[in-house]
Amino acid sequence: MVELFLLLSKSPSHAIELLSEGGSYTIKLLSEMFAYVFLVRALAVGLLVSLCAALLGVSLVLKRYSMIGDGLSHVAFFALALATALHAAPLPVAVPVVVLAACLLLRLSERSKIKGDAAIALISTGALAVGVIIISKSTGMNTDVCNYLFGSILAMRVSDVILSVILSVMVLVLFVLFYNKIFAITFDEGFARASGVNTNGYNLLIAMLTALTIVLGMRMMGALLITGLIIFPALSSMRVCKRFGRVVVCSAVVSVLCFFLGVVASYVFSIPTGACVVAVNIVAFLVFSFAGVLKESLEL
Amino acid sequence: MERLMECHELSFAYEGVTVVSALDFAINQGDYLFVMGENGAGKTTLINGLLRLIEPWTGGVFMAQGFSRSDIGYLPQQTAAQKDFPAGALEIVLSGFLPTCGLRPFYNREEKKMAASALRRLGVHDLRNRCFRELSGGQQRRVLLARALCAARRMLILDEPTAGLDPMAAEGLYALLRELNDGGMAVVMVSHDLHGAARHASHILHLGGAEPFYGSLEEFRATETGGRLFLRVAGRGREEGDAIG
Ligand SMILES: Nc1ncnc2c1ncn2[C@@H]1O[C@H](COP(=O)(O)OP(=O)(O)O)[C@@H](O)[C@H]1O
Ligand SMILES: [Mg+2]
Repeated sequence: MVELFLLLSKSPSHAIELLSEGGSYTIKLLSEMFAYVFLVRALAVGLLVSLCAALLGVSLVLKRYSMIGDGLSHVAFFALALATALHAAPLPVAVPVVVLAACLLLRLSERSKIKGDAAIALISTGALAVGVIIISKSTGMNTDVCNYLFGSILAMRVSDVILSVILSVMVLVLFVLFYNKIFAITFDEGFARASGVNTNGYNLLIAMLTALTIVLGMRMMGALLITGLIIFPALSSMRVCKRFGRVVVCSAVVSVLCFFLGVVASYVFSIPTGACVVAVNIVAFLVFSFAGVLKESLEL
Repeated sequence: MERLMECHELSFAYEGVTVVSALDFAINQGDYLFVMGENGAGKTTLINGLLRLIEPWTGGVFMAQGFSRSDIGYLPQQTAAQKDFPAGALEIVLSGFLPTCGLRPFYNREEKKMAASALRRLGVHDLRNRCFRELSGGQQRRVLLARALCAARRMLILDEPTAGLDPMAAEGLYALLRELNDGGMAVVMVSHDLHGAARHASHILHLGGAEPFYGSLEEFRATETGGRLFLRVAGRGREEGDAIG
């Protein structure tokens, strides 16, 4: 940056040439990426999934339900292992199993915050263990396992694209039409329930949409990394924004941007996509934390 | 006076341990019910039961026809909300209109005006754009009171509303409640402030002790416990130089 500035002051024409060269490099890179159909599919699914994950994540993080996301991704790993062993398509097996698990986990964490936490940890490690046993007894520990745990960008099919479009429409409708109710439930569940809002219904709906988001996202992001997509954007936005609505919008934007940058970086540096996206999210979190501190010190 | 709510043989228990036992009382339009009792007597439990947030152990809470939870404005003793929750004061107050909104996704202009006036009545209108988590305890309490006012169409249920308020604000709140009550609003208030709050009450519900008491203020004063409690307060009132009404 500094070099560029120096150059700009010394010989402007040369610097502009360099700049436009950078621009054309970016365009060349992107057009090269978009030539791969699987990459376009993965980008479409990933962008939609990261949008959903960010929106749902705000509610989950603020209600201290982050653990549910983690638990669900482990259950999803088990479901994928089961599907592989049965030689079945992954989605029809994983969707019902993980949605059921979402209902169960929600029940557990509603019962008691502390006991619920331990119960979720129990279920998620249990599911992981059973999943590993199923895989080792059927196909054996091969690259499939590695792909499930850390994600593979090659896994996306057309059915994933369709399902993620449906999912994101549902999540967007939920957040636009029922924004006020989601705010009230997230802020003060007792008050919302006393006002006659069906809080259990909304909680269940959010948990089930989270389950779908995780099933769709985890084959690309990996079972061990998908939680990052849910938690990081919300945490980053909360560093800077002080209104629920702004946190929601900011998370969505941050999440989609980080995903895109993560995919490009993973293409350029040949790093697994999931790890790259989470790394970009961590950088964003650090930037937002710094901005938050800066903002506070400027206001005081 | 129109009957709004009746409780028959109402008891609550946690894991089989009874905390509120066999209450019988009713709340009518225009009633001002003062709920008192020591810490742990089960006041908050009763309030949660009236709002149907918890299930009764025996008996039940019966709402009159044409009266429902969405007519009640409620101030919880403690908010479950976390310390770091990002929310503006005004949007919290507006959430009091949730029951009247139905499926409408946005608050209308009328509701926004009413929310602003509720904030003004509680003296926190200039804080409306502030972040909730940056307000002091008393200011947060007033914002939540404003939310309760917005939600209350026929009944206001307040769990220790004056806890954390400065004396001036508490006096203001009592005057406001008096005014609403005169207009027909039923008020149910849990408080330890016998000195300030009980004087406007039409009915007293005393929990704890051997037997719960329900009756008018005069009747309660005639009982042994009531006499003792009020004598003590009246005595302190005289020392401080102001009589109790
Ligand atoms: N969630 C709960 N689980 C178990 N016991 C509870 C719970 N909430 C309250 N209690 C018990 O019920 C009794 C009444 O509590 P509460 O209604 O909060 O009293 P108050 O509001 O009159 O101070 C207390 O002894 C308390 O320990
Ligand atoms: Mg209490």
